[in-house]
Amino acid sequence: MDSADVAIIGAGPAGLAAAETLAAAGASVVLLDEQQMPGGQIYRGIEAVQALRRQTLSLLGSDYAAGATLAKALRNAPVDYQPGSMVWDVSRDLVIHYSREGRSQGLHARHLLIASGALERPVPIPGWTLPGVMTVGALQILLKSDGLVPRVPLVLAGSGPLLLLLAVQLLKAGAPPAAIVETVPRRAYRSAARHVPRALQGWRSLMKGRRWIRTLTHAGVPWYRGCTNLRVEGADRATGLAFHHAGRTETIAADVIGLHQGVVPNVQLTRLLDCEHVWDASQRCFRPRLDDWLATTVDGVSVAGDGGGIFGAVAAEWQGRLAGLNIAHRLDRLPSAERDRQAAPMRAALARERTVRPLLDTLYQPPPDVLRPADEVVVCRCEEVSAGRIREAVRLGCSGPNQAKSFLRCGMGPCQGRICGLPVAEIIAETRGVDLDDVGYYRIRPPLKPLPLMELAGLAADNDPAQ
Amino acid sequence: MFRRIDDAVRPAGITIWFEGQSLHAQAGDSLAAALLIHDAGAFRTTPVSGAPRAPYCLMGVCFDCLVEVDGVPNRQACMIEVRDGMQVRRQHGPAGVADDG
Repeated sequence: MDSADVAIIGAGPAGLAAAETLAAAGASVVLLDEQQMPGGQIYRGIEAVQALRRQTLSLLGSDYAAGATLAKALRNAPVDYQPGSMVWDVSRDLVIHYSREGRSQGLHARHLLIASGALERPVPIPGWTLPGVMTVGALQILLKSDGLVPRVPLVLAGSGPLLLLLAVQLLKAGAPPAAIVETVPRRAYRSAARHVPRALQGWRSLMKGRRWIRTLTHAGVPWYRGCTNLRVEGADRATGLAFHHAGRTETIAADVIGLHQGVVPNVQLTRLLDCEHVWDASQRCFRPRLDDWLATTVDGVSVAGDGGGIFGAVAAEWQGRLAGLNIAHRLDRLPSAERDRQAAPMRAALARERTVRPLLDTLYQPPPDVLRPADEVVVCRCEEVSAGRIREAVRLGCSGPNQAKSFLRCGMGPCQGRICGLPVAEIIAETRGVDLDDVGYYRIRPPLKPLPLMELAGLAADNDPAQ
Repeated sequence: MFRRIDDAVRPAGITIWFEGQSLHAQAGDSLAAALLIHDAGAFRTTPVSGAPRAPYCLMGVCFDCLVEVDGVPNRQACMIEVRDGMQVRRQHGPAGVADDG
């Protein structure tokens, strides 16, 4: 089995920055990433876009273009970068199993840095399983990695900065949305107002947001604010979005509907390792408990980037460097005084990046009917389990997500609860009338993704000393 | 449902097959993107109710883009690139641990 000082999972900003930091300290680094190109989702396709698609590069904006520096640093650093690697198991003794080019292999690392980022928060509304309904992130991925924009009517619905950013990008690409249907309730502006003074320290983000809103307003993109009761219309595919607005029910015809309610940490790996997790009430998600150096409660395992709580791409990069410094220290490649000296300005930069979050988290808090949808709404897309059946199971004595699995099979499909994990926990907590920390989350088991049996057989043969 | 922004230095065109129909694609396209350009409709139907599904997340999370590629079921169309001559079919029914042996 191969071995390395450090294995990093994920080649987004956190993973790339950590790889650069650790390689510079002289550690042997293996960087595993599921995509074929570095950048993660935020800088997805950056190398190809920069080389081949100038118009796309300019409409994606300078924040996206910044990813090129990180990608270039990776290409110049002595890092064993293995794109196209799907990690399907990690054990507490830090043996990592991953599948690459149809073959599974093992890797032993002295330290593991998990930089697997965020997932889009699921948006379980009636009709969200219909073809044509996608996440806003998915629409942006099509733009970044394939240069595609919708050529049919599109509605963007929900809330959050990414929704507005994509609307601006599609507008610049000549494919503006037919409408923006925003779910931010009026009272959220009032409760968010008290976070404005602190957010002003990160005024650049605020100015950016203001620019987006102006651009969209000037372009005349129809914008419905304070909407509730969203419902996707259609039988075999999406044909429109219905919603309540200003006391009326509106319907907008659309073949593509982009949903968004922010992003949440991807906790599959930290859950698999049974790291301690805490419920983050302001971001309404679970996140792994991390110390000042971003180490989890499992020895040798750290988390950098949005996988430890949502703070965005720039913060993720600083976190990657910070975690990298500490791992280098623990590998005896960096004295503690030098680690602390280098870390000080990074911590300051990180603190600045965080100032805008309380405002965003308050303003864009997902509405209750998305967090805990109505009975008829499918929550587990894989096994087609509705919210009502989960509530019924709770009333019959099901007390947590793992029992819900055995009652209803929810979370047992191929996505392994990545989509339904949070809404199932929220529904159980609400029905039982207890806190999310008391309800907990699905136990995650290997393989993290379905794996062809042939590959497991091949792995066994490789490990057989008689071969 | 989608079109290309026409700014790319065009890589070579290739042909893939979806349900026996030839479709034009470009090297570097994800299979999901190539099918979305051509209005492929449902990528799969669910094992529980037979409901149609198409890509939701496009980042390897949701498994709603599962298709059969060159006879191998349970492939995530968003995670693989097109290849000339690729044979793609809708996936109907169960999508558990793949047994392509």
